[in-house]
Amino acid sequence: MSEAISVPARPIRSASRVTPVTIFLWGLRIAALAVILYGSYQSISSGRLSGAQWRDLLIFGTSTGSVFALIALGYTMVYGVLRFINFAHGEVFMVGAMMAFYVANGLAATSLWIASPFVSLLIVFIAAMTTSASLAVLLERIAYRPLRNAPRLIPLITSIGASFTIQYLVSGLVGPSTKDFPRMEPLRGTINVAGSLIPTSRVVVIVVTVIVMIALYLFVERTRTGKSMRAVSEDQETAALMGIDVNRTIVTVFAVGGAMAGVAGALWGLVFPSLNYFSGFLPGIKAFTAAVLGGIGNILGAMLGGVSLGVVESIGPSLVLAGYDIPAFSQLKDVVAYAALVMVLIFRPTGILGERLSRDRT
Amino acid sequence: MAQVTAPSPARPVEVELRPAPPVDLGRAARLGLIGGVAMVLVAATGIVGTFQTRLLIDPILPLGLLFLYLLAFAFGWMAGKPPAALEGFAPARANSRNLVAGALAGALGGLCVGVLAALMSTFDLRGVFVQLSPQLLEILTFGLPLGAAIIAIVAISAVAGAIGAGVHLLPIRLKRSLLPALVWVMMFALFTDLVGQLFAGLSAEFLTDFLFTGRGGALTIVGAITVFIVVFVAYWLLGGRETTLRGRIEAMPRGQRTRFSLIAAAVILIILWFVPKVMGPFVSQVLDTAGIYLLMALGLNIVVGYAGMLDLGYVAFFAVGAYTGAILTSPQSPAFTPQLLLIVAIPFVMIAAALAGLMVATPVIRMRGDYLAIVTLGFGEIARILFNSEWLAPIFGGAQGITNIPDLRIGPLQLSTPQDYFYPIFLVVLIAAYVTYALQNSRWGRAWMAMREDESVAEAMGVNVVTAKLSAFVVGAVLASFGGALFGAQIGSVFPHSFDIVVSVTVLVIIIVGGMGSVPGVALGALVLIVLPNLLREFSQYQFLFYGVLLIVMMLTKPEGFIPSKRRAQELHADELSQDAWLDIYGDKPTTDATTTEPPR
Repeated sequence: MSEAISVPARPIRSASRVTPVTIFLWGLRIAALAVILYGSYQSISSGRLSGAQWRDLLIFGTSTGSVFALIALGYTMVYGVLRFINFAHGEVFMVGAMMAFYVANGLAATSLWIASPFVSLLIVFIAAMTTSASLAVLLERIAYRPLRNAPRLIPLITSIGASFTIQYLVSGLVGPSTKDFPRMEPLRGTINVAGSLIPTSRVVVIVVTVIVMIALYLFVERTRTGKSMRAVSEDQETAALMGIDVNRTIVTVFAVGGAMAGVAGALWGLVFPSLNYFSGFLPGIKAFTAAVLGGIGNILGAMLGGVSLGVVESIGPSLVLAGYDIPAFSQLKDVVAYAALVMVLIFRPTGILGERLSRDRT
Repeated sequence: MAQVTAPSPARPVEVELRPAPPVDLGRAARLGLIGGVAMVLVAATGIVGTFQTRLLIDPILPLGLLFLYLLAFAFGWMAGKPPAALEGFAPARANSRNLVAGALAGALGGLCVGVLAALMSTFDLRGVFVQLSPQLLEILTFGLPLGAAIIAIVAISAVAGAIGAGVHLLPIRLKRSLLPALVWVMMFALFTDLVGQLFAGLSAEFLTDFLFTGRGGALTIVGAITVFIVVFVAYWLLGGRETTLRGRIEAMPRGQRTRFSLIAAAVILIILWFVPKVMGPFVSQVLDTAGIYLLMALGLNIVVGYAGMLDLGYVAFFAVGAYTGAILTSPQSPAFTPQLLLIVAIPFVMIAAALAGLMVATPVIRMRGDYLAIVTLGFGEIARILFNSEWLAPIFGGAQGITNIPDLRIGPLQLSTPQDYFYPIFLVVLIAAYVTYALQNSRWGRAWMAMREDESVAEAMGVNVVTAKLSAFVVGAVLASFGGALFGAQIGSVFPHSFDIVVSVTVLVIIIVGGMGSVPGVALGALVLIVLPNLLREFSQYQFLFYGVLLIVMMLTKPEGFIPSKRRAQELHADELSQDAWLDIYGDKPTTDATTTEPPR
């Protein structure tokens, strides 16, 4: 994929030409803004939820968003080097979560689970990370590498196929039933943070995410491998000319992205203790939204995008939809996420942090 | 795959051809291990166990094990395949080394299954892998003790792999007769119900009694041999000709070609007329479903195949059609009950679908490629959740959907059975096929294809990209909505869970397997991918697994589909042309810079 000969993706968007499409898009923007503002005004002025409840939603959103952020890293890094959406990444996450479930289940039967929860959790995390990383590397090797130079839609369609294959393979192998994560006693309580009680599991999720993110950031910015990853995402051909093994770097990117998805899978088990073969689809889509929201190809952006999306998704229904007296508005939680996805892709495909990449690629 | 180990550039090659490299045994071993993983997965997902109950040929050939060893055959075939003929090399000849490669791949595959069997007999793995039951072990080991069983498995796999590789050694005419004969035997053995129904409809039940163990029974050995010989002889006699049917049609002069297509169309129409009468309600029902999918596939073919926009939320338009039809015709519709006849409601369905198409298309006009795919996916899911929600239940009925949709009535004709519905569905399909065919070479069609090849260039050449995108989405949406309205009327109710993302992906698989942008390809795709899994009841459980694998395999090996549209095939294989150009440089032939033949992006 040489950047040099690619035509500017979008014809010059002249400010002077007002087409019906521009008017429509502006109308859509204004309508969306009006809907959000009016709904928020209504529900805040009704005082249905107290300050503490809003804070709980915020924390809930931040911890869910952390998981999205970890998954989003896989999308964002792969998009950074290969310019394609690895649609099967949600399934990489799901397989990691499945592995975490089986390891946790096995450990819960032993005394280690109660005697030393920290070691057990560490084992769970390592198992999930290795599984997801191996699956991601396998996918790259079998499904994506032969298509490196194919037209752009072909690897995307392949990844949709891979996503279906993994889902139904898992369903066939371990059965389609929903699995319940074993509970861990120390995680059931609450922690007092600055005067407010927060469930321990959510604190663990946020803390683990922050640690992993910092480690990843250091890895990408400070190590030689990280440097070659950045070089490959900048320009594959030039990187190859500079003596970087492009294939190996791409494999590393898939492995690291997969490992992050594995961490996310294990964390998912701590927060939402039920899991089946379809559990990867929705978090995958949401994490992709998060990646775009933060600016695709940008690692800090993924963190920012993930947390923002998590918060929007948890507060959105109570804030906007409740303002319109919509019955059973929690059913529409995913609509809020999808609407955020659509709006972000339509109006700000460069994301919050606006990476160069997405500008010449959308 | 056809990698060339760097030929020495010093020696100019003018006349003499380099000998083709021999079959790579290392590659065969790798393929064998991949095949082994595939075989283990087939066993562990329960496919072998589920299919085992089905006897293909009474009493010797159960489907489950056959499926397992067919994989060994397929990987042996791949391993024993002579490398592709490259410019500057003599064409590769298959020899005994190919057989060895095939046997090696097969044996390694079998070894993986043997290891699985050994693990299963030592540990109880059912805590994680629910399908690894003692019954499966019994099937895999043929009831033999473990050591003997492993030897047997490896031996059978090696033989299957060698046979697979041996296909390359057969003379072409024998190969062209042998493979179809085997495929036909498989078809007769798999679709016993269908064949029985066909013979019953033609009042030729004596054939059923002759070929099968009874009505609805499995194929007998005598039956299998009969089918094999008949097909083999037929293909052997036909195989003497050099050209294919398609080639001969294309070689015809213009007038004769038109006459030929008119006659072919008439024959197809007559056959279609008799299909539901002969096939009975069950097969007709399956065909109706296939027809509705075909209608959607024709619509998506316009959006993806012609205009090159990957729409993953296509099912939303199908849903809009189904719900509009249901609201306008059903007396049970919650909010608004005009109780129109479906024929009268159709224009409103079309308008609703066109509006939905515009609503989705307008915001995404500035988008291309993968972002477009994800946004349409988002729209599709939003539509499904909204149809399902309590909030809009007063209009769409929420999770309960809309029931009691009256049957289709055309004048005095009241349709009720699946056989009746076959006619309107296929009438609409034929119209849609004609429309898409006509659109292909129209002003719109050319604009769409120009946009697919390169949007910026198309725009610079004066194609109005906005109109082209909007029109593609609207035409696609209207076709899907017809399908939705007919679906609702035929089933008698619409529920939100019928409009899942898997429907969109299924339609996508149909057009990709058939050939994007090609109308006959889409028809074939719908027939194979919808009819086959519905007729094979054991198969339906693993339908989506097969779809997923099929998508990957097609994209890796044949991205243009089985009946490709010519232009698209050229586009997709442009990189192979450039590879030949690269070889030309080494061959010291006068050539231009290799980069000029790079594939279009």
